[in-house]
Amino acid sequence: MTRGLEAASGAPPGAPERRFESIPAAARLAAVLIAAAILMSFARGPIAVGQTTLNGLVSAGYLALGAVGLTLVFGTLRIINFAHGDLLTLGAYLTFGISALGLPFWPAAAVAVALTAVIAYALDFIIWEPMRRARTSTLQLFLVAIGLAIVIRYTIQFFAGSQVRGVGQDVLTSVNLGPFHLGALQALVLVVGVVAIAAVGLALAFTRLGKQIRALSDNMALAEVCGIDTRRAVRLIWLIAGGLAALAGVLYAAAVGSVNPNFGFFILLGLFTAAVLGGIGSAYGALAGGVVIGLAQEWSTLFFNTRWKPVVGFAILIVMLLVMPRGIFGGGRARS
Amino acid sequence: MSFFDLDFWVGVGIVAGIYGIFTLGLQLNVGFTGLINLGQAGFMCVGAYAMGMLVVDAGWPLGLAFPAAIVIAVAAGALVGLASLRLRADYFGIVTIAFSEIVRYVFQNAAFAGGNQGIIGYDAEWRAFQSWASERLAAIGLGEAAEVPLLVAVWATLLLCLAALRALQLSPWGRVLKAIREDEDAAAALGKNVFAFKLQSLGIAAALATIAGFFLAMNVTYLYPSEFDPSFTFFGYAVLILGGFASYGGVVVGAVLLCALTEGLRFLDLPLSAGQAGSLRFIIVGLILICLSMFRPQGLLGSKAEMQLRA
Repeated sequence: MTRGLEAASGAPPGAPERRFESIPAAARLAAVLIAAAILMSFARGPIAVGQTTLNGLVSAGYLALGAVGLTLVFGTLRIINFAHGDLLTLGAYLTFGISALGLPFWPAAAVAVALTAVIAYALDFIIWEPMRRARTSTLQLFLVAIGLAIVIRYTIQFFAGSQVRGVGQDVLTSVNLGPFHLGALQALVLVVGVVAIAAVGLALAFTRLGKQIRALSDNMALAEVCGIDTRRAVRLIWLIAGGLAALAGVLYAAAVGSVNPNFGFFILLGLFTAAVLGGIGSAYGALAGGVVIGLAQEWSTLFFNTRWKPVVGFAILIVMLLVMPRGIFGGGRARS
Repeated sequence: MSFFDLDFWVGVGIVAGIYGIFTLGLQLNVGFTGLINLGQAGFMCVGAYAMGMLVVDAGWPLGLAFPAAIVIAVAAGALVGLASLRLRADYFGIVTIAFSEIVRYVFQNAAFAGGNQGIIGYDAEWRAFQSWASERLAAIGLGEAAEVPLLVAVWATLLLCLAALRALQLSPWGRVLKAIREDEDAAAALGKNVFAFKLQSLGIAAALATIAGFFLAMNVTYLYPSEFDPSFTFFGYAVLILGGFASYGGVVVGAVLLCALTEGLRFLDLPLSAGQAGSLRFIIVGLILICLSMFRPQGLLGSKAEMQLRA
């Protein structure tokens, strides 16, 4: 079993194991980011760069956590899940709904995360599993995902209304870290995001389940041959994708302070960008990609008006797909 | 409101016609070329804004600005295609939707495009024509609904586009498109320039999007960016799958059915607020996409043999 896992998660025989292979890429990426920060410090001053870096890390949390589920689902099932962004919205709105019942915000968020995970699992059972059995075409998967996205978003809107909604938390208090300022809630988001990213990364690297998921995302047929119960693993992937999406949604709501039912769909392209940047199908890649996008969008405000932030994300997405469609962590395999 | 309110149904007919023209372009791409174009609303946005800005900012007459807008949108289609047509089908879809969102953000935020206030005042010539036509219609007893000339214009254009696309599809050009959809490599092996054909398909879709955008602009009287969000494209896909794949006639049927269904909801007297009724419309669109894709992917008039799209 263990040997089978190694074979499934690793590169072809003789090549070094993937985990070690990706460490230099991560180091290179970190070096590029640090170099960029230093260069920008000369242009705009270290304080401004530090402040935007801090802001960027706040949004990196939800981008990275959202992108992990998206990339795992694509890696294993070849579904470009347009409904993934709306799972973020679902997580945030379930949190509001549950806290309206009397639970404090963060415990409510935990319940919402669990609920969204179960919903994602159930959707696999109702929709995706039958479609897998029927071996449907790419186009059908696309249309179902789009339809599901619309149904989730407008069901939320049906019950909660389309208006902008505050998170009902203290969004005014801020903390000072030396010369930098951060909202207290955002600082909490930053901490939760970093801890969650680290936890997901470690779980993928060292737990049995994490190895199985990476093996599956790498090559489903090979993983199946090696004795991994793919059906069980696929359902676990949906649980994880749903749960992390909901957590990302809650973090987004807390970081921004208010949401509307469209926010998940607006972030979706950012999540795609993170997934593509990291090499679609690669979970570590998605985590790293989320951090890069978060930083790049905030750093762009040093040079352009804030309102162009989303365009920076889309532009990175298009450039990456055109120039480097396998991403930074995608490895040498041709995916077609 | 009474079920027999003429103004209301004329309005529904106009919207159905606009979706019909818009979706004919999607059908050409998706149903006949195998391109998953998710940026159709972006092309429509480029075309409609180009027309509006040429009239309002540059003072061009509408009759000149409209063809110029088509040229600009086709150029945008060519640009997107040149950059991204070599990608896999699903990546192409993502690039086109990203293009569509970039376009929307740019028009929303750039100083030259009026931002969220949008563009207004491009339709004086059309209004003049419309009131002239309404007087003539009133003379023969058809004057009750003010928007009848627009309805006639939209549907005449839709049927014209439909006939033209059908003729194209029967031509050698149309057969090559189908060959590309079925097997790109085989078509290339026969010496067909697959890339050029795909580019032409995308360009024609962009032109159709602009024509739809023109009528949309005349119907709503002012242009603002959120009219062109990706939901419009998704609505188009619902029309497409409802009517049927690889069937231009199906597009017309799908557009009429979907618009009648979503607009007709308001006669059910559901105890819902206006916002909830609006949400319900979209939920129905989403359910149509899911259920038809799962249970009858070829749609009402499509043929199953023609929709084996490969990624």
